[in-house]
Amino acid sequence: MMKQSAACIAFRSAAWLAFLALSFLAGCRRTAPTASELKATAAGTALVESSGGHQVGATGTALNDPLIVQVNDDQGTAVPGALVEFHGPAGVNFDPAAMLTDSSGQATTAVTLGAIAGRYQLSAITPGKSRPVTLEIVETALGFQERLGSSLADKHCNRCHDPESSPERVSNYDNLEVKPHPLTDGNTLNKMSDADLTSIILHGGPALNRSALMPPYGNTLSAGDVRALIAYARAVSDPPYQPAGTVYARK
Amino acid sequence: MRLIRKYLSSAWLALFGDPVRAFGVVSLILLVVLAIAPAKDHFSQWRGYQRQYLALIHDRGDAISLRRRFQPGIHQIWLPDLGVVDRCTTCHLALKEASLADVGQQPFRTHPAIPHSLDGFGCVICHGGQGTATTVVEAHHSKRDGEEPILPTRYIESGCGQCHQNALPGTPKLNLGRTMLRRYGCVHCHAITLPDGTKLVATDHPPSLAHIADKTTREWIYSWLKDPQAYAASTTMPDFKLSDADASDISAYLVSTSTPMAGDVAAAGVQPRSNPDATAGASLYGESFCSSCHAVQNAAGNLVGGDVGPELTRIGNKVKLEWLQAWLQNPRIYDATTPMPHFRFTPQQIAILSGFLQAKLDSDYASNVHLDQANASQIAHGRKLIAGLGCAACHEINGVQKPENFAPELSTIASKPLAQIVFLPGMEHTVPRYIVAKIRQPRAFGSSVKMPQFSLTASQTDALATALLALTNRSRSIPDNLRVAAIQETNYQPAGHAGKLMNELACFSCHSINGRGGEMAPDLSWEGSAVQRQWLMEFLKNPNTLRPSLIRRMPRFNLSEDDDKELTDYILTVYQSPSIDPELAPTAASSPEIVEHGRQLFYSKYACQSCHIVDTKTDKGYIGPTLTQVGSRLTAPWVYAWLRNPQTLRPGTTEPNQNLSDDDARALTAFLMSLKGPGGREAKQ
Repeated sequence: MMKQSAACIAFRSAAWLAFLALSFLAGCRRTAPTASELKATAAGTALVESSGGHQVGATGTALNDPLIVQVNDDQGTAVPGALVEFHGPAGVNFDPAAMLTDSSGQATTAVTLGAIAGRYQLSAITPGKSRPVTLEIVETALGFQERLGSSLADKHCNRCHDPESSPERVSNYDNLEVKPHPLTDGNTLNKMSDADLTSIILHGGPALNRSALMPPYGNTLSAGDVRALIAYARAVSDPPYQPAGTVYARK
Repeated sequence: MRLIRKYLSSAWLALFGDPVRAFGVVSLILLVVLAIAPAKDHFSQWRGYQRQYLALIHDRGDAISLRRRFQPGIHQIWLPDLGVVDRCTTCHLALKEASLADVGQQPFRTHPAIPHSLDGFGCVICHGGQGTATTVVEAHHSKRDGEEPILPTRYIESGCGQCHQNALPGTPKLNLGRTMLRRYGCVHCHAITLPDGTKLVATDHPPSLAHIADKTTREWIYSWLKDPQAYAASTTMPDFKLSDADASDISAYLVSTSTPMAGDVAAAGVQPRSNPDATAGASLYGESFCSSCHAVQNAAGNLVGGDVGPELTRIGNKVKLEWLQAWLQNPRIYDATTPMPHFRFTPQQIAILSGFLQAKLDSDYASNVHLDQANASQIAHGRKLIAGLGCAACHEINGVQKPENFAPELSTIASKPLAQIVFLPGMEHTVPRYIVAKIRQPRAFGSSVKMPQFSLTASQTDALATALLALTNRSRSIPDNLRVAAIQETNYQPAGHAGKLMNELACFSCHSINGRGGEMAPDLSWEGSAVQRQWLMEFLKNPNTLRPSLIRRMPRFNLSEDDDKELTDYILTVYQSPSIDPELAPTAASSPEIVEHGRQLFYSKYACQSCHIVDTKTDKGYIGPTLTQVGSRLTAPWVYAWLRNPQTLRPGTTEPNQNLSDDDARALTAFLMSLKGPGGREAKQ
């Protein structure tokens, strides 16, 4: 470490070598890979997700629940002692990143998402008997705006829009004649533009010729609040929201 | 050797032997030396990034407008008031380019939406790091004197906390951390003075140990000290990692110095021990809504109930029956400032409830603890330990003074110079790492460290670290106009006999009035304008349910007729809102047409039935209170003012402001005031 940072300083005077120095520095920081040190005693042929997928967390923060995957063989029985490696985009941290499955065939890791808000495609890989088996897992990180939206949704929206009840909050969903759409309902909300969502929040259901059971929030929420709510709904929608984007004429 | 010298001398002759040639060579060297500075500049890191950026936008559809907004050279945000000199935007070129939102590659990412502008606040104010630096390493990772590496994203909310002392809806982690600093008693030992000069005050209520022997046994104290979480998983009492002998000595000191409560406690409380009647006890426990404040572990191991009072899962292991009965009779005799109300239970109720609570025990807990009688030197050693560990910083203990500034002050902990911190071997040398390690395992920093072990989850530790990282030097030097002060709890105290009654009933544990009190129940500052006298009298005697979906509810106190009247009169006279004008509201007697019009508005135009129940047969919404008898509960001026703008009467209420016209509000008020409850309405029809 000392030697390499000394090397970094020596390189700095030669400016054209700065990138090289950087790559050295990156080299200093990477922790030793543990996968090579682990000796797998068994191999499976399938990898399934036990729990911990589809969580919503905050950027740069550990998810609430650990990610648990299970290695199975052809008969679908759990395989203990198989090697499982976790991979993700830059910024995602697994603790541990590689491990052997426990006696019940499961590998458990704590996931910390990166600093960028959005969906994270993570993968778990086990060597398998003949070829590597990969499992894709999706987690979502909320940035500041989406998290503000999340807390506003908890206060103003989810009592009706979330059909699930919690010990602290009984859902009003079942009591409504016209069922509201959960904020995660991508099939409906993805088709609505931001302008439509804004007007239904500001002016209530009748603004879009929908039920008056949805009250107007234009005098209760600020414009920033409404943007945050929409950003939150877009972030957690399932299937994922694909913004139309700006289309420019090519040169 | 000779050979080398020969070569050198011939090289010297070849270069400088001839004056003309020497002049040429020296000129060449001068040229090269002169070229170093521009070359260094040309190949500097930030130029490289600016070239990369131009290459990145080259192929994009909006390349022309992106290139028009691009300015080559060093960029700088200079804000003298804030002490900000940030050149981050030299390389982070796309922070404001919304059309590059899909680019994931740093340093060209777009900044996520935040309520502040980059030009107004700069970057380092939230992110840390060195704003003036123009290389990646110096800007992000410098650890030289007085410099701090960039703040990890997980603590980014601490940036908000430098100016915002109030709880923001977008910073849940910071808010949790700040609540924990006060609730876990951190500020009993560590003083924290906020930038505006106010001191953080603890919100927990560590019990006085002056009369502890009345309450519990030495064996329980010993087991509790050894492992507080084993008795109550939810307790905020930390583990001091005491040896058996030390725990025994401390318990001996506490018991030996405990003074019996003055006379009437024991006498007043003693009831004949009844057979614990489980069903009667459970139903009294439920009726009194003990679980609004106290939690109990259920069969599945989950805690059910509130966290205002202590967990009661194993209360039978702890308290002595006589004490429990005296406590239930009137908790304020043992502890004058307890958040527990004086329920005014009848002797029979006390017998039932104390029997029920005494049966809540774990027969294994502390069953193998046998302590010998302590001698004088052991007791003296116990006192020494108590003074050394700072027990008296939280608890009142006979014979031990409350220590002042027992632990280091944390008012500017986030700016503590790295040179002053002793890091553990192998630990990254940054303040956040240090804070987290210290919270997680304080005793790892040496056996002489007095800070006890708290049992916190990883997210709680993160939250605490976030709150502590907001305590920077910068937070003290920012201009006053940027500071958003926390909402300070007032020391409001109602006067007279009613005020005494409200203290006894611990109204402020749940309700907030004039800026003082809890958040569990509605704010009562203007309750006098809102409710009718007859209803309030009835409600105080027997609080019935207004919101069926709520789990935590108002308990029933056995109030005497006089007390009830006194309290009602006080609330109706004193807690009047100045913004409600009785003249503006519709008169009580409204024509049936207006009432019918209001009904139409209620059901169709405003669809109030999605949250409120007016007719129990058809309506089902239960977010808001049930309105079947609102006409005999609320006053017309209040209903009218509420409909016009609910937030002015109760800021933060869930009901949206629907911007009703005056006519609509009048018609709805008329309709609502016609709802006199099951008896009233049917009689009318």
